[in-house]
Amino acid sequence: MSSMRVPIIEKILDANDQVAAMNQQLLTSKKVYSINLMASPGAGKTSLILETIRVLREFSSKDACFLSLLRIGVIEGDTAPVTIDADKVLAVGMPAVQINTGGNCHLDAIMVRQGMEKLPLDQLDLVIVENVGNLVCPAAFKLGTHANVLIASIPEGDDKPYKYPNIYRNLDVLIVNKIDLLPYIPFDMDYFRQGVEILNPGLLTFPVSAKTGEGIHAWVSWLTQRVRDLKKNDR
Amino acid sequence: MHELAVTESILSIALKHARQANASRVTDIYIVLGQLSTIVDDSVQFYWDMISEGTLCSDAELHFQRTPAKLLCLDCATEYTLDTDLTACPNCHNAHVKVVSGEEFFLDSIAIEKDTE
Repeated sequence: MSSMRVPIIEKILDANDQVAAMNQQLLTSKKVYSINLMASPGAGKTSLILETIRVLREFSSKDACFLSLLRIGVIEGDTAPVTIDADKVLAVGMPAVQINTGGNCHLDAIMVRQGMEKLPLDQLDLVIVENVGNLVCPAAFKLGTHANVLIASIPEGDDKPYKYPNIYRNLDVLIVNKIDLLPYIPFDMDYFRQGVEILNPGLLTFPVSAKTGEGIHAWVSWLTQRVRDLKKNDR
Repeated sequence: MHELAVTESILSIALKHARQANASRVTDIYIVLGQLSTIVDDSVQFYWDMISEGTLCSDAELHFQRTPAKLLCLDCATEYTLDTDLTACPNCHNAHVKVVSGEEFFLDSIAIEKDTE
């Protein structure tokens, strides 16, 4: 019997990261822009998706150039075998796939891959992945989307960046939802922004209300610009 | 809660390398875990005991080496180590900082036993 040490140095989530890289490759080659939409339960992920679709339609009715940007597919992640969210998206006429994570607290790259295979990618311009409502676990799993977007909502409180730093660290965009509730809820915006700034300096932020529609235009303009940039990019 | 997926990944990487090295048994697993990583080592240990049973890695001991979080101030280039709380740059007090290390999470090495002929 002999003993020895075998050096490895292999990232533990390497398998997930490799699938994530393949996901991004596939989406980019088909010129489909994609976002990973994360938030706590009840922050308004599905509401924001529905409001985004509504405003995109409004844009397209005013500008014919927008017509080609209307094709959105949604991958909905939930821990329970329900189709509540996917049904809402289907009801407004967009393709949606519901992924049941089987109790798992997050989506991973393989689940997103399975969702992508069920979507008509060739006919889409944008894929929105609605992650499981959770501020901890989704931060650890790359999905291969082009941008990580977090919704923080006013009723959750202004201390969330301090309590859930990891999710803020790897964000490309922050959406602060339910700003219509600011007059009714103690929420120190400066304290909140300070916490965000230390984790992610200069993070692009859109204060919105998915209920009243306030601020949604700025967010949708940013999103459509990203979709166009990817289309223009011939690589 | 995602420690099960993570533990399965640790087991599969360890088994792959153990087989490549013709191990008869894996005795120790050395994992490097950054301070900013969200992994709870107790939970990994809990799942490990369940899923490693009956494999080459059964009864292998998990060792976690915690690496500290290092931040770099983008305004004055001061590099500093985080304790527990998030803190702004100790030199210029600005919050314009970048994480240099502390997010790593990898399997460093394994200790194995081999039957000698």
